[in-house]
Formats: sequence, C-alpha cells, structure tokens
Amino acid sequence: MNFSKLKKQVILKGGKILDPLANTIKKGDILIQEGKIKAIGKVKSNKSVQTIDCKNLIVTHGFCDLHAHFREPGREDKETLESGSMAALAGGFTRVCVMPNTNPPIDSPEVIRYIVDRSDECPVYIHPIGAITKGQEGKELTEMGAMLAEGAVAFSDDGLPVTDSAMMRNALDYGTMFDIPIINHAEDLCLKQDGVMHEGIVSTNLGLLSSPDLTESNMVHRDLSLTNLTGGRLHVPHVSSAKSLDHIRFSKKNNDKITAEVTPHHLFFTDNDLQGFDTNLKVAPPIRTIADQKALVKAVKDCTLDCIATDHAPHTIEEKEGTFDLAPFGMIGLESCFGAVNKVLVKENDMDQLSLIQMLTTKPRAIMGFNNKLFDIGVNAELTIIDPKEEWVFSRKDIQSRSHNSPFIGQNMYGRIKYTINKGHISVI
Amino acid sequence: MASPKIKNIMNSEAIERSITRLAHEILERNHGADKLMLIGILSRGEPLAKRLQSLIQKISGTKTPIGFLDITFHRDDFRDRLVVPQVKGTDINDPIDGKIIVLVDDVLFTGRTIRAAMDELNAFGRPQKIQLAVLVDRGHREIPIKADFVGNNIPTHEGEHIKVLVKEIDNKDGVQLTQSRN
Amino acid sequence: MKHRHLLGLKDYPAADIKTIIDTAFSFKEVLERPIKKVPSLNGKTIVNLFFENSTRTRISFELAQKRLSADTVNFSASTSSLKKGETFKDTAQNLEAMKIDAVVMRHPTPGAALHLTKHIDAIIINAGDGTHEHPTQAILDMTSLHEKFGYLEGLKIAIIGDISHSRVALSNIYGLKTMGAEVTLCGPATLIPPFIEDLGVSVNYNVDEVIEWADALNVLRIQRERMRGGLLPSIREYRNLFGITTERLSKHKKELVIMHPGPMNRGVEIDSAVADSDQAIILNQVLNGVASRMAILYLLLGGKFEEGKD
Repeated sequence: MNFSKLKKQVILKGGKILDPLANTIKKGDILIQEGKIKAIGKVKSNKSVQTIDCKNLIVTHGFCDLHAHFREPGREDKETLESGSMAALAGGFTRVCVMPNTNPPIDSPEVIRYIVDRSDECPVYIHPIGAITKGQEGKELTEMGAMLAEGAVAFSDDGLPVTDSAMMRNALDYGTMFDIPIINHAEDLCLKQDGVMHEGIVSTNLGLLSSPDLTESNMVHRDLSLTNLTGGRLHVPHVSSAKSLDHIRFSKKNNDKITAEVTPHHLFFTDNDLQGFDTNLKVAPPIRTIADQKALVKAVKDCTLDCIATDHAPHTIEEKEGTFDLAPFGMIGLESCFGAVNKVLVKENDMDQLSLIQMLTTKPRAIMGFNNKLFDIGVNAELTIIDPKEEWVFSRKDIQSRSHNSPFIGQNMYGRIKYTINKGHISVI
Repeated sequence: MASPKIKNIMNSEAIERSITRLAHEILERNHGADKLMLIGILSRGEPLAKRLQSLIQKISGTKTPIGFLDITFHRDDFRDRLVVPQVKGTDINDPIDGKIIVLVDDVLFTGRTIRAAMDELNAFGRPQKIQLAVLVDRGHREIPIKADFVGNNIPTHEGEHIKVLVKEIDNKDGVQLTQSRN
Repeated sequence: MKHRHLLGLKDYPAADIKTIIDTAFSFKEVLERPIKKVPSLNGKTIVNLFFENSTRTRISFELAQKRLSADTVNFSASTSSLKKGETFKDTAQNLEAMKIDAVVMRHPTPGAALHLTKHIDAIIINAGDGTHEHPTQAILDMTSLHEKFGYLEGLKIAIIGDISHSRVALSNIYGLKTMGAEVTLCGPATLIPPFIEDLGVSVNYNVDEVIEWADALNVLRIQRERMRGGLLPSIREYRNLFGITTERLSKHKKELVIMHPGPMNRGVEIDSAVADSDQAIILNQVLNGVASRMAILYLLLGGKFEEGKD
C-alpha cells in the first residue's frame, strides 16, 4: 500500500459516483482541491493536476466501522492507533470507532481525551467508545456526561457483557439523558462457560467445548426488553444467531431506537469451516451454522441488520499459534471486509451494490450521528474508490495491521478497494 | 327559631364621649403620659386603643407607644375547643419593661381574656404596672379581675349578649344588647 | 382539620394546608419574643419515636413541642436491634400503655406511620417513613415559599437531585400540586422514578433550562451510596451536570429562590457561595420548620375546630 499526501489538485476521472445519501449512481468526475471537494460533474484535466483514472470504478463515501479494537493503550504490540489506521485505509475505511477494552480501559474522560488527541495525528478519524462501567468491572457507571464532552460517541463494555441486569438498566436509563447508543456484548457467561465455538454437530465432531446460540439470544432479548422499559438507545453488536435476529426484528417493529450490526466473518464462514481447528476462526460470538448464516443474509436484506462492522481484533502470532482452547478470541477484519461482504451479499445473494455500500457508509454514520453529506462542495474529501467486480485472493501482503490473525488468507474475494482518500492523503491499495 | 331581639344601648356620640373620658382618666390616674403604653386586645381592642392613643396625644401632646395582643394561644379553654388565630397576630415592637401598660378591650365579661392577655404579656417582659381600660363592663366575672377604667357599666342576665361595633371593623359605632329567646 | 393524623400529603386538603401555613406565621411571631413559650399544649405528652438517626428533624420537633409547653420524650431505636414487625408492635403498645397523646415517628420503612395508627390510639405525625413521605418538611417548604412570594398558586418550583430516594420530593410534589403550583423534576435519569409524570409533574434533564423556567429551586442532597449502587458515576459528574454552582447561576440573570432541606453537601449539589447568598432561604426554612411544626401540633392536638367566644 502506498500512502502519500494528496497533490494540491486531484481529479477522480470517469468513475461511477455512488452517493449512498442521495441514493444515486452517476458517472462523473470529482475535483479535489487542497483535500476538499471542489467540484463534481465534468472536470477538465490538465498537466498540473493529478488525475486518477476511475473508469469502471465506483467512487463513494469512505467506509465507517463502528466496531474495532486498536489495542492502544496497553497492547501496542498487537496494534497501535497508527497501524490500525493503515489497516482501515487498506479496507476503504476513513472513520473507525474503537472499543474501550484497552489497558487501561477507556473508562474516564481523561483516557477519552487521550484517544481523541492521538486520533488527530492519525490518517483516519478515530472515535472512542467509552466503557459503560469503571474498569469494565460491571459495578459502577462511568462518567458518561464528562466523557461525551471529551468526545466519546457511545458506550460499551465490549469484550465483556454487562452481566448485571440492574447495571444494564441503569446504563440505558442514564443514557437517555444524552441520547447515545449503549452497546452490549451479549454473551451469557454462565451459559457460555468454557465454550470456544458454536454448540452443534460440528463441535460434537471436533470434541471442542461449545456454547449454544441462546448464550447470545437470551441476553439480546434482555437488552431489548430493558431498552423498551427505559426508553434508551441500544445497538446490538456482532449479531451471530437467527434467534437473536428474531428478537431484534420483533422489537424494531415498535421501537426505532434499536440498531444492530453484523461482521463480515459471520456472513462469510460457518461452523463447518472450523474443521481445520484454525484459531483465526475462534471468535466471540462464535461462527454458527449455515442456517444462522442464511438468517443473517436475510436480515441484511430486510434491514433488521443496519450495518456491517468488522470487530477487527488483532492478536499476536504467539497468542494465536497455541492450541484452540488457549488462543484468544478474535480476528482482524478491516482489510478483508469489502471483498468478503461484497462476495457474499452482492455476488452470491443478489443484494444491490448501493444498499451494501449504505451498510458501510450512511447507516453506520447515522447511528453515531456523523456527517453523511460527504459529496457536498467544500467538505473534506473522505472517499473510497472500488473495483466492484475484481476477483482476487486475499493474502498476507494485503494486511496492513500489526497482527496477521486472519482466516481470509487464501480465500477468494469479490470487489477490491483501489484507493482511499482521507485527511488530505491518498492510499493506493 | 325566634330571631334575637336587639337593643341599641350606646350610639356613636355616646361612645365618643366615653372614650374621651377614659383618655382623661388614664392621664389623671397616671399623672401624665410618662411611661404609658397602650396594648389593644384583638380584635376590637385594636381600633379602641388607637383612638385612645390619638386622644391622649391631643390632650397631653405625647404619642404613647402602642401594641396589640392576639390571646388565642393563651386561652384557658383550648382543651375544649380549638380556635384558629387571626392572621394579624400579636404585634408588640416596643419593650414593655418598666412601663405602665394599659390593656384596652371592648367588653369585660368573665375576665378570662384579660387573664390570658396578662399571661401572654409575661413573655415580653416585666411592666411596672398593668391597668385595664374597657368600653363596656357587663359583669359576671369568673376570676378576680377588675377594670381600672370603664366606659359604661351594663349589667346583663344569662342569655343576653353585648356586642360592640366599631366603625373601623363594622362600618359604624354602637353597643348592642342582644337577647336570644328559646 | 379533616384528618386526625398527619401521615402524608397525598390527598391532604388544600384548606388544611392553608390553615397550617397561616397558623405557622402566627407561631413565627412567638419565636421572636423574648420568652418563646405559649401554654397551648400544657399537659400533653408527645413521644418522638425515631428509628432512624435524624438530629435536625428531631430537634426541630422537640423545640416546637417545648415552645407549646408540651412534655416531650425521645425514643431512639436502632433498626439492627429490631426485628421487623413484631417488636414494632410491642414498642407501640408499650407507649400506648403510658397514656401519651401523640407520637412523632421516623422509620426507614415506607408505610410505617400508617402501620402505627393501627396499633395505638394516639395522634401520629409522620416525620419520614423511608423513601415515602415527609409531610412536615414539605409544609415548612411551602410555608417558606408562601412567606417569600405571598402565594403558592402558579409558582414554578423545580426539585433537583436524587428524586427516587427522597421522601422530601414526594411530599413536596403532592403538597405543591394541591396548592396549585407547577413542579418540574431534574436529576440523573437513573435517580428519577418511573411513571412520576403521572403525578402531574414534568421531568427535564437539562438543569439550565429548568433554572430559566423556575421561580424557586429545591436542591436535594446527593448520597455517596448511589455510586456503589451503579446509579451515579461520580460526584464530579453529578456536579458537572446538575450542580447548582456559582458559575451556572451567573449564566442566568434572574431572580431565583434557592432552597435545601439540609444537610448540605457543600461543593457537591450546591456551592457554598450559593448556599450563603441572598437568594437562598435555607436558614428561613429551618426557622419555619419549628414554626410550622408548632402549627401542626397545635392544630392536631387541639381537638375539633370551632369559632371562639371570649
């Protein structure tokens, strides 16, 4: 990947401008001057201007990821805010929300401020999600008011569930004062016990300890009910099971303050793929059955699921190299995201390109209240340029993250990020 | 029920003459206005005390200090019945120690009101003397209380009531004797 | 007076509240005299039955009782030495056997005062039953407001703080609504009870908006236990969002009356400078507390209501 400063004037020539806000796809040029959108339509080239040939390419909003782990502060060996930014740019992402399970956790206005200040130096916009409870211990609420004032965008104890229902209720209740999403990693730790994969025929055949889909759906149901009770806002992360989708679909009928996300890996893989004991497929929540996968695809198409979020979770080689039971949960996912979801949804399941792009751009931005008018004249250029049909194989060299724990290595992808433009810089993937 | 028979005992001029005489008597007995303080017992004692104050000033040139007592909290019959105190309440702003207090009331009857007034006065200090001026004394004392200055003695029987009207409260001056027939 | 006991202000008649307030003003005059005593309750015995520590309320009641010449007895029980239910009844019946006239009770359980009326014949005055009601506090608050403004109807009162755990709030809501005032509640969403709007009050989490709207603020104390209960993140956060600070008040150029039932956490829910300013009537509330408790005792122990004769 080549990362450099944008020239003073750049023209994106002849591409298909896909505007996920206006719902249009129109052929045209875009002139970017000093990093800002100057003109859209027909722009004349000349020698002093850098021209990027976008023939047959889609030019659209930079992607926004609501769920990534950048491990800073504490585990900079796995990822830093800079290396995470590079991984994001490689995946077409210009904006990332980072989860607070760092060390120390992002549980005070001071740490929020640290992330916000550091983010200014990074080539991607990084928004901190604050912890719900101090130290993520589940006992005391964090100072949400003060953290929001410093730049927090939402609250989550992700990595861990908020097990105490009274605490979850309090978080939703307290959150009503600010109208921000509360994001709960729904996992009943009692039911889960030492489960490392989905409980089903495959786990029985593999002899691995496992946990059923109820581990997730029971808690999702609890969270949805508490949301109705308190009038708060809930965002359900990394939905993995059909049962959870049923609950979400039902609740969304009467409550517009509920949103939900899905990861690329839950759409791409099934528990069958774990036959090889690949620790890179060890994730929480686990990858489930074909039936669950089909339900997830259906939920994307009927808008039960609002957006795609990577849950990018870097781990070191040493950690993932161990036996299945000991390896930490999680995989990286920023670089492989588009190629994977575009293949599953657009190529294999007839989803239209515009709708998929919305799930990566306008929909996640709307959940967090970020600006969606990225094609307005004068706005900072935050774009990604995609070859929607390129067939390619994901390999190690496509990874920009500090960590390499990706099961997509060797997998066939459909659609590829070619360029990402953000904060006055351009990444040539 | 038969309506009560009302007899007018004193009219406006009669009352005026009585009060004027009372003012002279108070000054005569006390050899002037020195150390005098008037305290009217609410509610009709108040306007009577004010009239006395202005007459005493006319005669002697001295404006005597004045105060007002609401004796509700000091009544001795509070166990039998409850009285909601008047909104105006007790108002005594000048010190009473060493003064010659003249209590002023409209009617002296059982004497219990005056006993309550003296009891309440204790809470404010220790006067040199306490004297009593009333417009009407109707007799039938139940405790040993006597008036020093009386406007008019009107003996009454059981079943009879004396009502004093003052123009400040009732829009006219007068003293009425009411007989209620069963 | 319609009710024999004073258990709470829910459904308490407006006329009786007005009578108490008017009587309280008369008693205030008594408290200004050199000898602050009237003989009205001479010979009456009143027991102060406090199952929960509350020095200020108890002293206020005791002073009120003594100024009325009543005999007072103080009974402080610790709840740890009481098993719920049975011993409470024994305590009550022991008092009854001693022929007392009234009991002023504070107890940590809601409904305790009502419960007591079933076991003894004396007049019961609720000095606070758990997180339920504290009617005498609300009455002294209304007396103070009436004293300051001259009326209660149409006044805009904001109650700010931990509403869920405050008996002061609930009694004030009932009383103020009965007297025709408007009430807005403000505080962390986790500390405002659900369905509270059903009582005819508004809820607004933006304290600056509430300050703009209100004629008077009643500022409640924040307890540190709320953080351990997961309801409040920190004192610092509470102060940022809801604290009545000099800085916050200076942004609003308006006449505003500040009240606090006490005891205050200076620097937490209210700044020292605000509590000591001319806008605050907190010390008036304390004096009105004695006067209004005198009024309540006088009116309830006096017997039936009749016009007096001389």
